[in-house]
Amino acid sequence: MTNTIEDITHDSDVILLCGSNPEEAHPVIGMQVRQAVARGAKLIVVDPREIDLAKKAAIHLKLKPGTNVAFANGMMNVFIEEGLIDKEFIADRTEGFEELAAIVKDYTPEKVGEICHIDPEDLREAARLYAKADRAPIMYCLGVTEHHTGTEGVMSMSNMAMMVGKLGKAGCGVNPIRGQNNVQGACDMGAQPNVYTGYQKVADPAVVEKFEKAWGVDLKHLQPGRMATECFHDMIDGKIKGLFIFGEDPVVTDPDTNHVIKALKSLDFLVVDELFMTETAKYADVILPGRSYLEKEGTFSNTERRVQRVRKAIEIPGTKPDTEIFSLIMQRMGYDQPILTPAEIMDEIASVTPSFAGISHERLDSPEVGGKGLQWPCTAKDHPGTPIMHVGKFARGLGYFYPAKYQPSTQQVSEEYPFIMITGRVLYHYNACAMTARTPEINELSGNSFIEINTEDAQALGIVDGDKVYVSSPHGRIASWARVSGKTSKGEVWMPFHFLDGNSNWLVGDHLDDFSKTPEYKVTAVQVEKATEEKECCQYMEVPNIVRKKKKMAKMF
Amino acid sequence: MIKVTIDGITVEVEQGSTILEAAKVAGVEIPTLCYLKDVTPEASCRMCMVEIEGMPKLVTACSFPAADGNVVHTRTERVVKARRGVLELLMSNHKTDCFSCPQNGMCKLQDLCFEYGVKDVPFEGVEKAIDDSNKFFTYDPNLCILCHRCVNTCQKRTCRGSIDTTQRGFKSVISPAFGMDWADSNCESCGNCVQACPTGALTMKKQKTYRHWDVEKVLTTCPHCATGCQYYVYVKDNRVVDVEAADGPSNRGLLCVKGRSASFDFAQCDERITTPLIKDRETGEFREAGWDEALDLVASKFTELKKTYGGQALAGFACSRSTNEDIYMLQKMTRVAFESNNTDNCARV
Repeated sequence: MTNTIEDITHDSDVILLCGSNPEEAHPVIGMQVRQAVARGAKLIVVDPREIDLAKKAAIHLKLKPGTNVAFANGMMNVFIEEGLIDKEFIADRTEGFEELAAIVKDYTPEKVGEICHIDPEDLREAARLYAKADRAPIMYCLGVTEHHTGTEGVMSMSNMAMMVGKLGKAGCGVNPIRGQNNVQGACDMGAQPNVYTGYQKVADPAVVEKFEKAWGVDLKHLQPGRMATECFHDMIDGKIKGLFIFGEDPVVTDPDTNHVIKALKSLDFLVVDELFMTETAKYADVILPGRSYLEKEGTFSNTERRVQRVRKAIEIPGTKPDTEIFSLIMQRMGYDQPILTPAEIMDEIASVTPSFAGISHERLDSPEVGGKGLQWPCTAKDHPGTPIMHVGKFARGLGYFYPAKYQPSTQQVSEEYPFIMITGRVLYHYNACAMTARTPEINELSGNSFIEINTEDAQALGIVDGDKVYVSSPHGRIASWARVSGKTSKGEVWMPFHFLDGNSNWLVGDHLDDFSKTPEYKVTAVQVEKATEEKECCQYMEVPNIVRKKKKMAKMF
Repeated sequence: MIKVTIDGITVEVEQGSTILEAAKVAGVEIPTLCYLKDVTPEASCRMCMVEIEGMPKLVTACSFPAADGNVVHTRTERVVKARRGVLELLMSNHKTDCFSCPQNGMCKLQDLCFEYGVKDVPFEGVEKAIDDSNKFFTYDPNLCILCHRCVNTCQKRTCRGSIDTTQRGFKSVISPAFGMDWADSNCESCGNCVQACPTGALTMKKQKTYRHWDVEKVLTTCPHCATGCQYYVYVKDNRVVDVEAADGPSNRGLLCVKGRSASFDFAQCDERITTPLIKDRETGEFREAGWDEALDLVASKFTELKKTYGGQALAGFACSRSTNEDIYMLQKMTRVAFESNNTDNCARV
């Protein structure tokens, strides 16, 4: 996020919420969006589904999945046509406006209305509301990113904000509401093939040299890395033979489950560092017991780039800190890695990462920080952190208007697969359910797969609320239970991706975004039918037998 | 700015400040029950009554705006007597079986009754039905003082608007619309109302598993979404038994159902793997192994694959749910030991 949760929800006049359902996916942000509406902020919801916040919205653009770029270009068409742009901001702080302006000229509200299945007048009204507001943030989430043109979708968000000068000040900005607790941190920490910590590029020889010096190894000979979604193809092609998975469960969370399973089975050697016998761990050659956040010291970086402390509360006998596991493997593979405490590791991170240079556990625990964390960039021990980015100047110098054109999704309905399926989260669960599903009361509230289907479509298929249905795509078939309502538009269905008893990821193809290699989770063409007879469905592997050293381990608690 | 004198201490506060806010500046504590910071004063409990020189009636400090030159007394005999009367009335329909109340020791009403010497309750109440339908918490109207902290929390802080006062007069209770059960309402079970309750009327079911004075509180960050909510986990005998929201910069004292109620059972359940496991590829069975054996095997297999096919044949995926320190070391291991840039995290899935 360019801004903070507090300023975008407390200092804003209008909120433009695109492809984000914070009430369920980020509930405490959702509560603060509701507070914003209660104090009078106007809400624009851009979402193919009638999420609860749509009821509180001044305008709900219930657009067709996969048409975000067209929507944004339509908004900018209105900004320009109606003289709502911030000329001074564009002239002083950006580049590429003319090229983008020439593109969006064609995206008249009428044309965009046809592409997105929305009323052109609603689009005009949304554009005016957002552009004329003194303070208006864009908040977006996976509804923007999980498309084959997700990167263009994100660029379109920043294009909109720059065109009306809504960046670099409180109550504004372009604010991706990141998914998992430390997904921001995972990217910041260099667990990406093309960057080291703090987005220092692997392609930059000076950076490589710096890390060579810090780590005392030769890194120049390392070949360019591949992204995880590409790696699965490489496993099947025999290019990747050995894989270490730390805490991920791609069999459940990645697209095209059969493809992932095939990839894992192709490996010569798979190691999984995990808390549980997950669907992925079942395919491992070695499972190493990991530790949860309750059993370790450390930090998470939230969606606001705020680094906050994680503190050890309990100890699970038998386990080791994960950092120690990695260090012991490094030692055994010939790299002299000492066993460091998490505080010492953060000091090492700070020493190689300019944007983290001022961050340490000691400082995070100090009265100076006062439990408020530190937001990177935090470039020195006396740097207060950066709540709002791009104030006065963009990180890259001039803000670039990326010339994004709308491209239809790779997934289109056909006679065989007549529905577009969107996937998403529910309030009670998180991702693969490995954590949330171990609270029994949560499962009592929300324990099964379901599929939301439009009332008219359901009637045509003879499906009533609660019916068992089969959902299929070219990648497989699953069973689920119908929820019939007007939440989704006609021809569109929605499924949560949490539940093992009918997981949408069996059906999703692995069409990737050209740049970020993000799968197109939000658009899959599927068939839905009433389950009148037993049909074979995709199944996870049986739980493998475990031969115990001792008879049966005593119950831990 | 205006000048106000509280119990002999003169302070300067902004125009529009309440007596309660001025007292806070003066360092004088005025007892409250219904007062909720950042929310329009309710002034229903009357506990914060104070005396202002020149005014005939006592006023509620939480709602009364301070005026320049006000001379306020917070503990005169008249004030204390009035507060005691308030407590007696609050207790008039309140059970006194504190021993078995989950809130025992954390109850503000109990503390105030102790402080003001309220021992006998000269009134007799009526028994009302308990709503135990929510999976995570219980509402006992017999312990409710109708201070509306829960209602204000639900309506003005979480803005879900699931509950309000229903019925009238002595029959008043807090409930979802039309007297429906809590579980059947639009309540999201976030439990912020429970944390706001100053008595034992709203309690987490988990509170029955520990005593307040037996737990150690550890401040940490929620492991679910990227909001970064701050909370205290309550630890008893190496086991987390409950969670309390902290006033973090992004959550401002609020939590959701997952953070409050589904963020620790998983860590201490029987399904945890606590021993390294090695698979026999022939049978597909795992067997338990020691750490040294497992780590030796991992290192030797990766070394062998690296020697045969090169570092690019290896990959290491990090976990977006783990800590920065873990993730940094995982990518370091992939780069320096595997000699591969094939490292990634689950950001895009």
